Amino acid sequence: MFKILEKKALNPTVVKMVIEAPLIAKKAKAGQFIILRSDDHSERIPLTIADIDQSRGSITIIFQIVGAATYKLNMLEAGDELHDFVGPLGRASEIEGLKKVCVIGGGVGCAIAYPVAKALHEQGSEVIAVAGFRNRDLVILEDEFNAVSQFYLVSDDGSTGQQGLVTDVLRKLLDQGEQFDEVIAIGPLVMMKFVCQLTKEYNVKTVVSMNPIMIDGTGMCGGCRLTVGNEVKFACVDGPDFDGALVDFDEAIARSKMYQQQERHMYDEACNLLNKGVSQDA
Amino acid sequence: MPNMSLKKVAMPLQDGEVRRNNFDEVALGYTKEMAMEEAERCLNCKHSPCISGCPVAVNIPAFINEVKQGNFEAAYKIIRETSSLPAVCGRVCPQESQCEKHCVRGVKGEAVGIGRLERFVADWARENLNEYNQCTVSNHHKVAVIGGGPAGLTCAGDLAKKGYEVTVYEALHVAGGVLVYGIPEFRLPKSIVNYEIEGLKQVGVKIETNMVIGKILTIDELFEAGYEAIFIGSGAGLPNFMNIPGENLKGVYSANEFLTRVNLMKAYQPDSETPIQHARRCVVVGGGNVAMDAARCAKRLGVENVTIVYRRSMEELPARREEVEHAQEEGIEFQLLCNPVRVQSDEYGNVSGVECIRMELGDADSSGRRRPVEIKDSNFIIEADCMIMAIGTSPNPLLRSTTEHLEANKRGCLIVDEDSMTTRENVYAGGDAVTGAATVILAMGAGKKAAEAIDNKIKGNA
Repeated sequence: MFKILEKKALNPTVVKMVIEAPLIAKKAKAGQFIILRSDDHSERIPLTIADIDQSRGSITIIFQIVGAATYKLNMLEAGDELHDFVGPLGRASEIEGLKKVCVIGGGVGCAIAYPVAKALHEQGSEVIAVAGFRNRDLVILEDEFNAVSQFYLVSDDGSTGQQGLVTDVLRKLLDQGEQFDEVIAIGPLVMMKFVCQLTKEYNVKTVVSMNPIMIDGTGMCGGCRLTVGNEVKFACVDGPDFDGALVDFDEAIARSKMYQQQERHMYDEACNLLNKGVSQDA
Repeated sequence: MPNMSLKKVAMPLQDGEVRRNNFDEVALGYTKEMAMEEAERCLNCKHSPCISGCPVAVNIPAFINEVKQGNFEAAYKIIRETSSLPAVCGRVCPQESQCEKHCVRGVKGEAVGIGRLERFVADWARENLNEYNQCTVSNHHKVAVIGGGPAGLTCAGDLAKKGYEVTVYEALHVAGGVLVYGIPEFRLPKSIVNYEIEGLKQVGVKIETNMVIGKILTIDELFEAGYEAIFIGSGAGLPNFMNIPGENLKGVYSANEFLTRVNLMKAYQPDSETPIQHARRCVVVGGGNVAMDAARCAKRLGVENVTIVYRRSMEELPARREEVEHAQEEGIEFQLLCNPVRVQSDEYGNVSGVECIRMELGDADSSGRRRPVEIKDSNFIIEADCMIMAIGTSPNPLLRSTTEHLEANKRGCLIVDEDSMTTRENVYAGGDAVTGAATVILAMGAGKKAAEAIDNKIKGNA
């Protein structure tokens, strides 16, 4: 069992949890992920590691409440325990030797973009970060990004930062003649797809962190497979980071919708069940 | 006077029409009377050829002799001397190619139902004995086992009985390996696997789940933590795909993924939180036991047409005969001598059909099996919205990729010497990690052999 040391809502749908997991904290690196189950009936869900505290022996996860599993996870509070927490899985992000990097985060993907930006900053790289959100209420990690990068905040509706998309900022930077060793993009598949289309025009190497459906996370099922440069790769062991120019995004987007209907149904069930429990208690 | 019937006492089964709609066990097991009657068929031959066919060398005539007399507890003790998981083996061993293959009664008529008797005895013991009181005295030597499948569990059980302090490190959230994620409930109820694993804990085996060795701890760190020897039983869990167009469409599963969702995550239960596709027509590619398991699970999930596509003929089908018969009784169709060449897509990226080509058998290849050859322009389409690839697995390279000096052959199988030791001192290996995908009982045999080698080595050093 893995104790929840802290829990904090970062915005109405995004939650941060700090989990006691000393062995994982000792080994984990930015870019790797864990798989967890809240209780003994739960689905296994993958979440990228958002922060690592070796001295405290803890791992931070940041998740968006999007379905039944994350809804249930959010019902737990500090002091409660997770049934299963396994990692560190996948390969660490390769950031060594990069001098100037543009890190792009979209929505809850910023939870994963931030530790990469932080790791780059700590090794002395020059970091420009661009984070995009739908609106002001959904912004997370603004101060944290500011502390480790030259930071640009954008929102779809202009309620905070600049109005527009992360690609608008990136295009402007590239047009101004910014030279990046690499662009690192982490967020919804559609966002990463458009970032890669843009950087292809400018011939800038772009690394994306893929987030396909996973079960075991150890390479035994191939549920997370992707086509990368005409080869089949398992995101859980070969990734999750890949060269964005080589990823077949359309296939990845289609595969991510495999269980959409069932997921919707499970989410509604979970909400009904848990809400009923709450109203009866009240 | 022995029972000279040429046939085994029949095994009661759940009816095909009923069982295709549930995940309850198909074979219902012998009653006491049936077991004693079948035991009477054993001639108790002096040279006991059956024992030589058993990878863990159960003293078969001795335990059957006890069954004959109704001494089931004594029979159980004899089996337990050499076998760690008898309720599992009695169910899933391919006895026809092991112990029963060598049975004298099989020369004329059917072999003695050794597997069925072993199963009966183990089930009887589970229901009637309270054996959770075996105590062993620690010899203060520590051994780590990587992988909680049949090889690792057997190795751990044997060492613990000798007094070793054994810890099993399992990557998934429960131990059992293929016994929990691969073999379905209707062939091997999970309550039985749990019971057998509980028995191992009682003899002192510690099981640590959620531990992906190679990621959270390395082999070197295990040695630093005081383990004197390590056994690798990490299996062959890397699924093979065919590399044909359309293989990444929605609805194409590896058998590992499909079976893990169904068995480990219980996706067949309506309230399961892990989803699975509810298809109407499903094609399963392959002819082994895994293909049969996947096809029969699909049927139980409500798929109307399940078709097994296999590139050779019925004669070469590698699955157990009994499983093939059960599959046929449950309405699974077989398309033999054909092979998929392409998966068709609908406009949303879902599988809509599987294009196959007819095959004929050519000359024998190096393995002695006749090689399937494509018949030109014989392509045809099987309509399907789901496809399950059950064409074999390879050893998972994860551990090897993080461990120096651990050598493997070109198929990814770990290289071991006659004492089961890998190319690293005091690191042993066995089961599918060494042989590639094989059977539960061979993995158990390998675990047993390695336990003996580890014991000899550590005692020799002392």
